[in-house]
Order: sequence, then structure tokens, then C-alpha cells
Amino acid sequence: MQAKSSPISYADVNNDIVRSLVVTGPKYYITLAAAISLTLICYFFPWFYQLYYGIGAAGMNHPQVWGTYLASFIFWIGLSHSGTLLSCVLHLTNSAWRKAMYRSAEAMTLFSLMVAASMVAVHLGRPWFIHWSLPYPNQMEMWPNFRSPLLFDVMAITTYLTGSSIFIYMGSIPDFAAVRDRTTGWRHYMYRLLSLGWRGTDTEWHRLGWAYTFLAVLIIPLAVSVHSIVSWDFALSVVPALHLTIFAPYFVVGAIYSGTAGIVTVMFVLRKYMKFEKYITELHFDNLGKLLLALSLLWTYINMLEVFTGWYSGESAELEALEYKLFGKYGPLYWEMILFCAVTPLLCMFKRFRTSFVPMLILSIAINIGMYTERFLIVGTSLSRKYLPDAWNSLYVPSVVELSILAGSVALFCTLFLIFVKIFPSVSIYEVKETLPAPEKGSPQWQATQ
Amino acid sequence: MSFFDDFLAKWREYRKPGYYERFDYAWTMTIDLDRCTGCEACVTACQAENNIPILGEAELAKGREMQWMRIERYWEGEYPDVKLRFIPMLCQHCDAAPCETVCPVSATYHNQDGLNAQVYNRCIGTRSCAVYCPYDVRYFNYTDHQWDKPLDEQLNPDVTVREKGVMEKCTFCIQRIRQAKDSAKDDGRRRVRDGEVQPACVQSCPAEALVFGDRQDPESRVSSMMDNARAYRVLEELNTLPSVVYLKKVDGNAG
Repeated sequence: MQAKSSPISYADVNNDIVRSLVVTGPKYYITLAAAISLTLICYFFPWFYQLYYGIGAAGMNHPQVWGTYLASFIFWIGLSHSGTLLSCVLHLTNSAWRKAMYRSAEAMTLFSLMVAASMVAVHLGRPWFIHWSLPYPNQMEMWPNFRSPLLFDVMAITTYLTGSSIFIYMGSIPDFAAVRDRTTGWRHYMYRLLSLGWRGTDTEWHRLGWAYTFLAVLIIPLAVSVHSIVSWDFALSVVPALHLTIFAPYFVVGAIYSGTAGIVTVMFVLRKYMKFEKYITELHFDNLGKLLLALSLLWTYINMLEVFTGWYSGESAELEALEYKLFGKYGPLYWEMILFCAVTPLLCMFKRFRTSFVPMLILSIAINIGMYTERFLIVGTSLSRKYLPDAWNSLYVPSVVELSILAGSVALFCTLFLIFVKIFPSVSIYEVKETLPAPEKGSPQWQATQ
Repeated sequence: MSFFDDFLAKWREYRKPGYYERFDYAWTMTIDLDRCTGCEACVTACQAENNIPILGEAELAKGREMQWMRIERYWEGEYPDVKLRFIPMLCQHCDAAPCETVCPVSATYHNQDGLNAQVYNRCIGTRSCAVYCPYDVRYFNYTDHQWDKPLDEQLNPDVTVREKGVMEKCTFCIQRIRQAKDSAKDDGRRRVRDGEVQPACVQSCPAEALVFGDRQDPESRVSSMMDNARAYRVLEELNTLPSVVYLKKVDGNAG
């Protein structure tokens, strides 16, 4: 599809993408410096203060023992959900439009998973003992508690992190080799190591393709299971408004939804600042917009079900929790979420909207704000409306430290991503070439590839 | 397959009702709401016995609490025809406790006395147990606490002072239970006698509304208290099998 409209040649692809790695302007350095200093100031300093002072630095209180840290954890896990999953699904369905965007989408998965894992450490009361949640032989002769949904979480996330790291790395090997052949100096040595001696023989391509498809098939159920398991952290409790069977699909759909919106944001930024206009086109935004529309409808449906089942149960605790969520002190946040995640995405019905870049960017950011609100409400409204009304008195308001760490986690993600775009070819070189017509033998283009 | 069969067999046994009855003791508390006057002597006694810190105004304003035993107050009716009801609420030491399953590091577990024990040294502070607890009786140490002079002189040496980042809750005064078991062993007895051990709250209750004992012993006072038409457990429908039994208030006007 892309090939028909664009006159890109094989050599252009190589040059453009190697240029994005090698040529670095002052703008990049300024952005990186800003991201790193923001990470330090907003994320690490408050966290160190919290380590010294105790979790009391956050605004959590007696029944509200979980707060924004856990909401951020779910949010980042959710954001990680679309990248690799979408890439796998589109790979298996042979969708050509995947090829220009999957690398950065997968990187998004990887980095948001890392940020999510760091949020767990921020959340814990005594994070210096976090290794106790791993099953390793130790002199205390203690295993972690295998019945705990939190332990399932540890397992699921480490598996997903391993799987998606291998997936993105393996898909990049031919590209590392291509960059290796076009760089000098320390970069050449680095890419020589990273490309694992790739020569591009038929056997190598065959094995890569086989292993890549194998991993894609493996990762799809894994990704679905990860967010189901995250939802069990809540659904396996007996807390009203959390103890719902709909939670697993609810979380998975929400995760893919916010992840797809995240991809739109990242695509916009890459296109604009890395000058990938030729590769990331209206077609991609059009398709992602359709996906967003479908996901928003699904998300709305599940959200309606969640409210309906709670109301239909007629149980007093359930009704109270529901009323508090919809019309309580956090009520406005709920309706903001409905506006951002259920109403505005309907604009994606119009092709003109889907193919305009700036409105899509604004929409994608709004969706993710709405999705963060969703996670905050799950954590924030249910715990303050449990069974005994005696504990209903306190309102949880996030503290400055919490808000700062939330902002800092975005900066941390940006830092990781900025480093990524200079090491990994952020658009797949070899897969973009697959969508282009091969150069005719004897043409100048053909000679350039020899 | 034998490992799996073994696992399944143990699982079935564990799920059988009365599994915990085969433990050494089944410590139980009964709270007679008809006798309770809401004087909060139990709350104070608990605070003194268990080194519970005083949080102070600033922390309370943030909605943080630290009292293993609390008196819940509920107002009934509209003014002027209004009634105050209260119920002491403490860890129910559930036999099927939601908090025990969720702790990823098994910092809270069921011990051989049927108590829901909390290991402070093992706790990593996920606070998930407090989320899972339907009774909201688990309290988290948001900060380190200090005892102004001379209060630090009266800390109980038998009880740990908990550091920041650790969850804590009522232990049924496990230090006293351990002491009673030790002295019973020293005397050559197999079991602790009824009434030999009392948690601080039971000891201090002026109206004797609180009774503590072993419900495995049919002769014990707590067994006879439980055998009462007024006996009920809070949130029984959640099937957590609590070890605290309440006796309903006798009230001619109550609906």
C-alpha cells in the first residue's frame, strides 16, 4: 500500500534510519537532559525522601492503604499491553502497515513494563526486602506464598518482560547488522556485538522468521494473562466493587485500549521529531484510529456491565460502593473518565478525524488521562467503601510526593525511550523494505545495494 | 502424578470444615454487646500492652489510625429519637482469612493455635492484607514512631516496636498466650487451664463483656458463652469463619 504512493528506495530506508541513529542535533540533547533532570528531581529525590521518611510521605490513610502508586503500576502495565501484543497479532495476520511502527511500539512495551516494575518498589513499605517475593533457595527456608495473586503478578510480569525483550531484540538483529555495516568507530563495535554475527544468509533468514513467528504465538496469550493476573490482585479480594468476575476482561481491554492510544502518541512524536514522515503515514493513523474506536466501544460495554452487575446484585455494600464511585466525592473524576474514554473516541468514526495528526494526538492523550483516572478510581473508591461504615470517614488525597513521582515516572519513561531511539533503529529497516518494490536490476538503485 | 495427588489430598483435607479445630488450641473471644458500655478501657489497655504508638493530631487529620481495638459507633434513627450503638472491633482471627492468602511473602499466616499471626520481620509492606481484610482492622506503620519521655520507659519488653513500612494488628496478646503455654509446660501440664490467659482488653473490661478462651474445650467459659441464641459473627456471610463471637444486645425496642 505504502509502495504505491511513495517513491522510497531501499537506499533511502537505510540512509534515513541510520541517520536517525548517527546524526544527533542539539534538540535531542536538550530534550534528553531535560528528561534526565526531571526524572531525578521528580522521581528519584521524592522516592529517596519517602524511603527515609516512610510511606507516610504519600497521602494514603487507614482504609485507603493503596493509592496512586498502585494506580500508576496498573496504568504502566496497561500501557505496555499494546506494543508487543499488537505487533504479534499484526505479524500473524500479515498486516503490512505494522512494519513501520512495530519497533517503537514494542519498545514502549518494554519501557512501560520497567517503569511499572519500579512503581512496585515505590509502592512497597519496605522495598529493600522486595527480593523476598521471588522464589529462590535461601537460608531462611522460606518460599513466597504461592496462593497470593501478588505473587502471580511477579511471575507474570517477569515472564512478560523476558518474552518481550527477546522478541524486540530478535526482530532487531538484521537491523543491527545493517547499521553495523554503515557505521564506524565505537558504534560499529557495539552493533557488531548486538548483531551476533548476522550475515543475511538464507538459513539465517529462515530461522529468524520461524523463531519470530513462534515467539509471536507465545506472547499473545502471555500478554492476555498478564493483565488478567493484575486484575486478580483486586478481584480475588472480598471487597465490594472489586470482587467481580468481569475484572479480567475489563483490565485486558482497558490495557490494550490505553496501550493503543499510547502508540498513537509515540507515533506522532517519532514522525514529527525523527522525521519519519515517509514511513509513518496517514494510513497508520487511520488504522490505529479504527482500532481505538473498536476498543473504546468494547471498553464502554464492559464498563456498563460492571455498573449493571453491581446494581443488579442489590447487595447493600455493593450498591453503596457503586453510588460512591458514581456520585461520591470522586464522582466528577468518574464522569471525566466516561467523557475521555467513551464519548470523545467516537470521533474516530470519521475518516477525516482519523487521518489528521494533531487531533489524533490530543485524543490519544485524553484517552490515557481517562484510563489513568479509571485505575485511580478502582483503587481509590472501593477501599474507602468497604463493609464497615465506621471506616468510611477519610478521604484520600494524593500528596505532593505522590504526584511528583507520577510525573517523574513519565519522565523516566521518556528518558528510556530517548536512549532507545539512538541505539535501536526505531523503524524496522528490513521489514519496511519488504513493503517496497525491489529495485530493477542494473538501475542506479540496484547498484547502490551491491 | 503422585505429587499432584498428594497435593490434591492435602488440599481437600485443608478445605474440610473443622480443619483448624485439630490445632492445639482454638482461641476465641466472645463480646457481649449487652454488657459493653463503650468505655474504651480495652482500647487503652491494648495500647499500653502492645506498644501501640500515639500518632498525634497531624497523622489523624490525614485519616491514619493505629488502634488494634476500636469502638465503632453507629447512630440509629433521627433526632430526637436517636440511639447510639457501639461495637468493639478487633482482628477477628478468621480461620479462612482473606489476608493470609494474599500476602506474597507469607508474613501473615495461621499458627498452630488457630491465631492469625503477623510476622513483622517478614512483612514487606504491600498493604494488600489491609485491602483484603473486610473488617479494616489491619493498621500500617506509615512512619517510624517515637515515644516521648517518660513514655519510652513503659514500653512492654515482651512486644516488638514496629518499624515504618510494616503492617500490624491485634494478636490476641500472643505474648501472654506464649507465656501461659510455657508455664503450663513447666508445670508438666499438657494444656493451658481455662482463664489462665487473658488478653489485655479482656483483663481490663470492667463489665466483663469480653471473655477469652479455648473453644475446643467444651467446659471453658467461652464455649458456654458461644452457646447462646444471641451469638453471631460479624459479616458471617463472607465465610471468613471469624474467631470473635458477638452476643447481640438485648433491646426491647430493637427491630
